[in-house]
Amino acid sequence: MTATAELPVNLKANPRLSRWLRFSRDGFVVLSPGKVEIGQGIVTALAQIAADELDIDVARVRMVPATTAASPNEGVTSGSLSVEQSGSAVRHAAAEARAIYLAAAAQRLGVAADTLAVEDGTIIGPGNLRTSYWELADDALLERDASPGVAPKRPAARRVAGTPVARLDLPDKVFGRPRFVHDLTLPGLLHGRVLKPATPWAGLTALDQTAARAVPGVAAVVRNGSFAGVIAETEAAAEAGLAALRKGASWGPGDALPDESDLAGWLKAQPAETTIVAERKPAGPVQAARTMRRRYSRPFIAHASMAPSCALAQWTSADEVHVWSHCQGVYNLRADLALALRMPAEKIVVEHVEGAGCYGHNGADDVAFDAVLLARGAGGRPVRVQWSRADELCWSPLGAAMAIEIEADLDSRGEIAAWREQVWSNGHVSRPGRSPIPTFMAASQLERPFERFIAFNPPMANGGGAERNAVPLYDLPALSVVCHRVLTMPLRTSALRTLGAFANVFAIESFMDELAAERGEDPLAFRLRHLKDARARAVLEAAARRAGWTSWRRREGAGRGIAFARYKNFGAYCAVVAEVEGEADIRVRRLVVAADVGEVVNPDGLANQLEGGAIQATSWTLKEAVRFDRTRITSDSWETYPILRFSEVPAVEVEIIARPEEKALGAGEAAHSPTGAAIGNAVFDALGVRVRDLPITRERILAAME
Amino acid sequence: MADRVTLRINGAERAVDADPATPLLTVLRSHLGLTGTHFGCGANQCGACNVMIDGQAVASCDTPLWAAAGKDVVTVEGLGSPKRPHPLQSAFLAEQAAQCGYCLSGILVTAAALLRRNPSPTEAEVRSALDRNLCRCGAHNRIVRAVLRAAKEARA
Repeated sequence: MTATAELPVNLKANPRLSRWLRFSRDGFVVLSPGKVEIGQGIVTALAQIAADELDIDVARVRMVPATTAASPNEGVTSGSLSVEQSGSAVRHAAAEARAIYLAAAAQRLGVAADTLAVEDGTIIGPGNLRTSYWELADDALLERDASPGVAPKRPAARRVAGTPVARLDLPDKVFGRPRFVHDLTLPGLLHGRVLKPATPWAGLTALDQTAARAVPGVAAVVRNGSFAGVIAETEAAAEAGLAALRKGASWGPGDALPDESDLAGWLKAQPAETTIVAERKPAGPVQAARTMRRRYSRPFIAHASMAPSCALAQWTSADEVHVWSHCQGVYNLRADLALALRMPAEKIVVEHVEGAGCYGHNGADDVAFDAVLLARGAGGRPVRVQWSRADELCWSPLGAAMAIEIEADLDSRGEIAAWREQVWSNGHVSRPGRSPIPTFMAASQLERPFERFIAFNPPMANGGGAERNAVPLYDLPALSVVCHRVLTMPLRTSALRTLGAFANVFAIESFMDELAAERGEDPLAFRLRHLKDARARAVLEAAARRAGWTSWRRREGAGRGIAFARYKNFGAYCAVVAEVEGEADIRVRRLVVAADVGEVVNPDGLANQLEGGAIQATSWTLKEAVRFDRTRITSDSWETYPILRFSEVPAVEVEIIARPEEKALGAGEAAHSPTGAAIGNAVFDALGVRVRDLPITRERILAAME
Repeated sequence: MADRVTLRINGAERAVDADPATPLLTVLRSHLGLTGTHFGCGANQCGACNVMIDGQAVASCDTPLWAAAGKDVVTVEGLGSPKRPHPLQSAFLAEQAAQCGYCLSGILVTAAALLRRNPSPTEAEVRSALDRNLCRCGAHNRIVRAVLRAAKEARA
């Protein structure tokens, strides 16, 4: 490969090589990327990339969790971008470090650098001359900025990347060693609990603290405006203190919540900011023989992480605070903490510690701010705050409800002449670190409150939010796609895996199926006839072949469906075939997932992400909806917010189309959207009824049959 | 209200001074420093905090300390160690049976209890035994494969 003309973006932003890696005299390389482990295996993938470029065994790579005290700022670990962004930066930084060390070795050995080879860190020259990274280890060597002149290895020369290296973090998790932020203990640790409002956005009108303060072990009650909580010597005392505090609290009215049985109607009735997402005029006049219209929707969806959000905070002096968090971006969290605390970011350190699986902007940042606020009352002692299960399900930001209307003009032969689509949704991003006001829920509760943050949609160049994947990739003669961002936000929304793509793909792929059915055409053939992109066609054909699409034998109570999406329309390609059984209670029996993510760094990690995505999406599709009445969220437990269980999980087969020469595209969100749509299409195939409002529950199917 | 309660945890006698009504989970994590067992919901609905008590998988979040006194309690730390792993721990690593891994300790203990009473479970029996253990990342099928692998290797 020729020298790169330009540095990878994240390396360009953090050019100092010593921020990314250093060599130790004890025989290992310390790698410190800015991306964080959120259960997706990124730490292992990045170690593989570094090991490859440095010619060392992957066991020699020590991964350092991100911290604002030392790590490069790589923004948020989100959007399925870590392999692409951080991977390319690590690859380049490691390649350049190797070149620098080879130059140092050449000087020491008195030979030319291009005569040297590296074997697991040992540098070998002509006549068996030897030295090593470890012998040469000198931090000063990497105290310089990366330069674009270094060439990483050719893809064919990689030995570690592209192989299923075992996850570095799993042994701790399998043997029960402390690894999660929940397991972290510090000397003098206090435990905090936060009083969440009775109704979203309600103000605290009165708070009798007497009973809470009297609970043995309670160290302090902290109140700042409508934010309140207790800190105590033990978790049990903190729980008891909180229960007492709750009894002493009076709340004003909050926001009225929408009618959960008519979310589409509510979304369409709200004030909104309308944008044209895509517009393609027809070449000539449209000869519409008729127009077909359909509306699809999805409800609010919860992150429902297995662990309640948790953070530790300690004021190390009157104006310096240290935070331990399972957030997705240490610098982003720090930026919002600085805004919310009205203090300089340099006085705040945010250190990443792993949490349970993270599927987007969950409660991690909120609980970190909670911990910082409660630690104000701790006299310099560290405070650990853990939300309850109900807090987690009710107060983490939610994935936004959406309504999508599509209409197609059909010509006299039933071919699509024009496609018009409208999307209604709250914004999909309230992430910290991106706006002039902090986005923590508690920021609007403070005595000196910040304006309530209303979720927005990222630009289309980044994939968009509500409008993500709203533009069909199919070849359509005329197209218009419009997005309405709802500006009232009684239920707080932010990024949940795929953002708007899940619902948009559900709508588009359901509608394509409906169009094919109208014509009596095979859904696969109909899609292929409208799709030129060779990589898109390849995943559809691979999924169909693996699933035995053409040899499917129709039987009573069973059906199969197919769907396709290219994530963000510029990311990973994925097609899914779903097989379902049932009459009203649908069981997904089998999912065949075919994906093309360009370069594959860890095939098993990739398969794991695709399988997991398909299973999570099955859960969303069949079971999940945040429930609420007009004043409060009622789905506050695993009984009221059920997710897919072991006995309900389908068989998942993954087929990967490897393209080592293509850019790595990320896989964490590729399978979700086509899975949901494929299940919907399979339900239609099995039962002859089309459920257009997610989730596809027994009640919805029975209603559709009427 | 603190009483001295003696527990047998992972084969060793441990004395704890605590209110006998304290959840066993709190005692494990806070008093004994055994943080491998995780809090998930506090209401016996997710399995993240499962431990084995006299061979049965039990949610430690709603088991009071007094109910565990004098019984054999096994946590994930007691199943095995890197030097002497439980067949399940080896199989979970071999199958890379996790994403985030937060639910794993409860699942490992539940699976260990299953294999004690049924050393040769079918896939359906494994799924049924794990049905009260939630996993949000979608690692279910890997986990089932790992349990079946452990059963097979334990028989070999």
